[in-house]
Amino acid sequence: MKPAAFRYHAPRTEEEALAILAAVAPEDGRILAGGQSLMPTMAFRMARPAHLVDINGVAAFGLLAAEGGVLRIGPCVRHAMLGAPLVGGPLGALLGTVRRHIAHLPIRTRGTFCGSLAHADPASEWCLVSATLGAEMVLRSVGGTRRVAAAEFFQGIMTTALAADEMLVEARLPLLAEGTRSGFYEFSRRPGDFAQAMAIATFTLDGGVMSAPRLGLGGVEDRPCRLPAAEAMLDGQPPSAALFAAVAAAALPGLVPMTDDPHRLRLAETAIIRALSRAAGLPE
Amino acid sequence: MTHELHDITLVVNGRSHPIRVEARRTLADAIREECGLTGTHLGCEHGVCGACTVLLDDQPVRACLMFAVQADGRAIRTVEGLAHGDTLSPLQKAFIEQHALQCGYCTPGFLMLGTAILEQNPDIGDEELIEILSSNLCRCTGYANILRAVRAAAAAMREEGVA
Ligand SMILES: Cc1cc2nc3c(=O)[nH]c(=O)nc-3n(C[C@H](O)[C@H](O)[C@H](O)COP(=O)(O)OP(=O)(O)OC[C@H]3O[C@@H](n4cnc5c(N)ncnc54)[C@H](O)[C@@H]3O)c2cc1C
Ligand code: FES
Ligand code: FES
Repeated sequence: MKPAAFRYHAPRTEEEALAILAAVAPEDGRILAGGQSLMPTMAFRMARPAHLVDINGVAAFGLLAAEGGVLRIGPCVRHAMLGAPLVGGPLGALLGTVRRHIAHLPIRTRGTFCGSLAHADPASEWCLVSATLGAEMVLRSVGGTRRVAAAEFFQGIMTTALAADEMLVEARLPLLAEGTRSGFYEFSRRPGDFAQAMAIATFTLDGGVMSAPRLGLGGVEDRPCRLPAAEAMLDGQPPSAALFAAVAAAALPGLVPMTDDPHRLRLAETAIIRALSRAAGLPE
Repeated sequence: MTHELHDITLVVNGRSHPIRVEARRTLADAIREECGLTGTHLGCEHGVCGACTVLLDDQPVRACLMFAVQADGRAIRTVEGLAHGDTLSPLQKAFIEQHALQCGYCTPGFLMLGTAILEQNPDIGDEELIEILSSNLCRCTGYANILRAVRAAAAAMREEGVA
């Protein structure tokens, strides 16, 4: 239960961090952000990186700003910072609701948004938020910068588009338009545990009908996904319990769950219905 | 493998401890072994139980999920810092009065978590309080008395004008 020995690097600037990462990546050198996933893995000796590049001392990585229609999130922004009072508007409201489902307070004070995306646990709430809202990831190495859409970034269980020498230097979440409604529902066995199924729904209500609907599902497949066919069924319709039930039922046959546990699909169905009902303000 | 040693200073409960550790030494182990403060307990050593909870710059953190080198020079508070001499903190007193501990293994972690709650949000609602206390595990008490103790401490502090 003690981590294996490694060499510790504490860069002060992004340039320094990327240069060290480029040098140590071939020897399984890794970034240490919040450490809330990496350290348990090291304690179990499932990971034995020879080098850790601790990015917590890079001041610029605390970037958290709403600019140009997106929320820009730097690599050292902690879970606890996403939502009120630091992030306002409809996006801040959604993030604040989701945040409460991620681990526990003493983990949320250290764990980072970008670390969650890089870790890419299929049950990660921030990965689901990014996939549903269509986040853009900014990946950088000494060789240059790439911008990758969420749909291409998540590639499977703990697998992303990141190369070993690349750092996720920023995640960009589209801001939600004023008046956007959102709903989140997660089923987990205990508060703070990883989700067995969770869903996010966002839309605006114009003249009693839904427009610009987005619906995302996490914890069921090997990566979080948007459900475009379900979104098409919602678009232009008035919200109702019957419609939400039909949308959820139609989404199930297309899913490829990670387990053969038959409850998983039922949980997915329930999560979709409840997320939509919460967004619409209908009883669940 | 590298067993390079780092000279760092852990400032625990206002006292500086110049120590020499390997990078892989967790903050929890360094507090216990190098600083000799064994009030901070270790249960799971992977972030689940909360027995190792300490305050880092007044924020609750899992001391098993940080390396000691990362806490160099920062303000750490542990259970040993709660009492003033023989006078227990309101939360410590409430834990005794409300029977919020039995074996005591989880108690230092709950006291530090509870201290953070009382400092940051003394008027916290029941739902949120239960949610935050679910951060830590206790195998003895069934939690209800721990909840009652945090409530009682908040009330006592309000009366004394501490909060
Ligand atoms: C008890 C417990 C319960 C938890 N419950 C949940 C939960 O319910 N939901 C949830 O989503 N998470 C949960 N977590 C995990 C937690 O949210 C982590 O904080 C998160 O998964 C990883 O973020 P981190 O900053 O801690 O990353 P680290 O642990 O520091 O890093 C994780 C991995 O990502 C890499 N990495 C980190 N940052 C970057 C970057 N900027 N660029 C490239 N690579 C990077 C690291 O090299 C490492 O491989 C839980 C953790 C614990 C201990
Ligand atoms: S010992 Fe740190 S959380 Fe269990
Ligand atoms: S009092 Fe025994 S574990 Fe909590």
